[in-house]
Amino acid sequence: MIVRPLQRLLLYALLTLGAAVFLLPLAWMVSTALKPIDQTLSMPPTWIPTRTFAPAADGGGAPVEVRRGETVTAPSLLVEAAGSRRVVPADAVRDGRLVEAPGPDGTPRAVPASVLQAIPATAAAPWALVTDVGGEARGGRAVPAAAVVRRASPRWENFGQSIRKMQCFPRYLANTLLLCLLTVAGTVLSSALAAYGFSRIQWRGRNSLFLLALATMMVPFPVVMVPVYCLFRWLGWIGTFQPLWVGSFCAGAFNVFLLRQFFLTIPRDLSEAARMDGCSEFRIFWQVVLPLSRPALMVVGLFQFMGTWNDFLGPLIYLTKQKDFTLALGLQFFQSQHGGTEWHYLMAASTIIALPIVVLFFFAQRTFIEGISMTGIKA
Amino acid sequence: MTRLERRNLLNGLAFVSPWIVGFLAFTLYPLVASLFYSFCDYDAMSAPVWVGGLNYREMVADRVFWKSLYNTLFYAAFALPLGLVMSLLTAVLLNQSVRGRSVYRAIFFLPSLIPVAASSMLWIWILNGNFGLLNYALRALGVHHPPQWLADPVWTKPSLVLMSLWGIGHAVVIYLASLQDVPRQLYESAELDGAGAWAKLRHVTLPMISPVIYFNLIMGIIGSLQVFSQAFIMLGGGGPQRSALFYAVYLYQNAFEYGQMGYACAMAWLLFALVLFLTWLANRITWRHVYYAGE
Repeated sequence: MIVRPLQRLLLYALLTLGAAVFLLPLAWMVSTALKPIDQTLSMPPTWIPTRTFAPAADGGGAPVEVRRGETVTAPSLLVEAAGSRRVVPADAVRDGRLVEAPGPDGTPRAVPASVLQAIPATAAAPWALVTDVGGEARGGRAVPAAAVVRRASPRWENFGQSIRKMQCFPRYLANTLLLCLLTVAGTVLSSALAAYGFSRIQWRGRNSLFLLALATMMVPFPVVMVPVYCLFRWLGWIGTFQPLWVGSFCAGAFNVFLLRQFFLTIPRDLSEAARMDGCSEFRIFWQVVLPLSRPALMVVGLFQFMGTWNDFLGPLIYLTKQKDFTLALGLQFFQSQHGGTEWHYLMAASTIIALPIVVLFFFAQRTFIEGISMTGIKA
Repeated sequence: MTRLERRNLLNGLAFVSPWIVGFLAFTLYPLVASLFYSFCDYDAMSAPVWVGGLNYREMVADRVFWKSLYNTLFYAAFALPLGLVMSLLTAVLLNQSVRGRSVYRAIFFLPSLIPVAASSMLWIWILNGNFGLLNYALRALGVHHPPQWLADPVWTKPSLVLMSLWGIGHAVVIYLASLQDVPRQLYESAELDGAGAWAKLRHVTLPMISPVIYFNLIMGIIGSLQVFSQAFIMLGGGGPQRSALFYAVYLYQNAFEYGQMGYACAMAWLLFALVLFLTWLANRITWRHVYYAGE
């Protein structure tokens, strides 16, 4: 279609705006994952995680990471009184005692206080209270505000910490990968077998059976959910992995359909020639048809991998012990324990679980796009 | 039956046997059993007891059931058409001769790949009333009291609709692929007849890709009536005032939390009937408008 320049501009503006809106949530997820907890709650939100540095307490060496507290703009003292550190006006301490505001009975009170540091701050040269991050020296100290610097610096350690917080992360990962491996193998093998039977061999009743297979796609999962659960319970499989992979060895209708469409495009003559040479049907399947169908098999395998990696309901129903959880279920379990506060860890954990799929997409983009296009053309 | 026919029959059955086993064990038997359970009082611990139509009568009287049905239909009524229009529009825009089309396509597609557990976490955070990105954006645009989204019964369902629109990338890719299959000559002859952009969209593009739209519509109906994971993760037992208690969530609760497997099966069969009815309805409404090339 030929479009005029103004319309082209509008077109690109719309697409770019749309793309930005679609990317923003992901950027927000990664940005939050790299922030310290206090920055996750700052308003307006910051996109770039930062760290604050100040000169070390002993004066020498490299600047150390600190958390910044209040700013002092008049001469003051940093004192320790009644077990806590605070900043008081320079004249509030006399003879080692801190004079406080009158109590409920009206008499002025004085508590013992030790002066830690005199702060020669003025409005023109403010000082800042800082607390060392991770140092042994608890409580604050004061440094010239000009010496405190803020630098963009992502907290990569959030990823490691969120993994530790999830408790069984290595188990979750191993469980998920094991299930992915089994279901991908089962799905590709069984769907290819069934699709071969439905497309490359002529037999009575084939087409009506295939229509029946297509019709099963209309059955909503909840309809079969309860009896299938009871079946697995009768087998004593609740709390094990079997319910999550055994079914994948029983060719699902959708994948069978996809592969059948592909097998139909392979010339008949190839099979006939092999048959003339005395090949068994299985050898034709294994040595002629399968090698030619690699792209379609990749699509089915890839989608099954994603399906298993992303599956939530299956593990929720069948897995009972925390050490058996998959990543998806483990993430939800983590959120139910730590949700609502530690957003940076939650986003870090979510990023970790989403990342392999995103990486896979960038490496296998063509397979993804072709596979999805294939599912659309089927109609 | 000749020897060849018999051999082919045996071979054919052998090859499709994985599907036959799966069909018997995971579709046919469960369908029959679930229909049977739906007429029983069944808690999965003791043997099912026949109670006739009691579960179905209870369903009619169960206000929570009606609420969950309403919530689900409300969600579907907004998520489906909005998703359809948005994904189609995006695909049509991308189908113009756009430079960097594959980059745009990848960006629109990416969110639909994010595992539902992770995207649910992300949206809980985005929809946070105080510190969330969405309300920050709304305040920046001048909305003084943006909604509390997941904490406000009025806004839970729109929240999930909004989240579903983020995941339309899958449909965009399907539509884009089908748009690229529309023969160029059709547009050229339409232009010779003096058709503008709108006329070409209306009279060439839409009819040519109508089978794909129809297919997506049917799959969308089946999918949105079963929406479960994101609602379960983000709103637990249904959210404030059960405003996001969806059909599948309530069914899950009955089956696995309240031990009412029979009632859950009755609900499941009603869902099945609803899916069939809506598919039939979609068929009736659209059959005149779906164009199949080669027929």
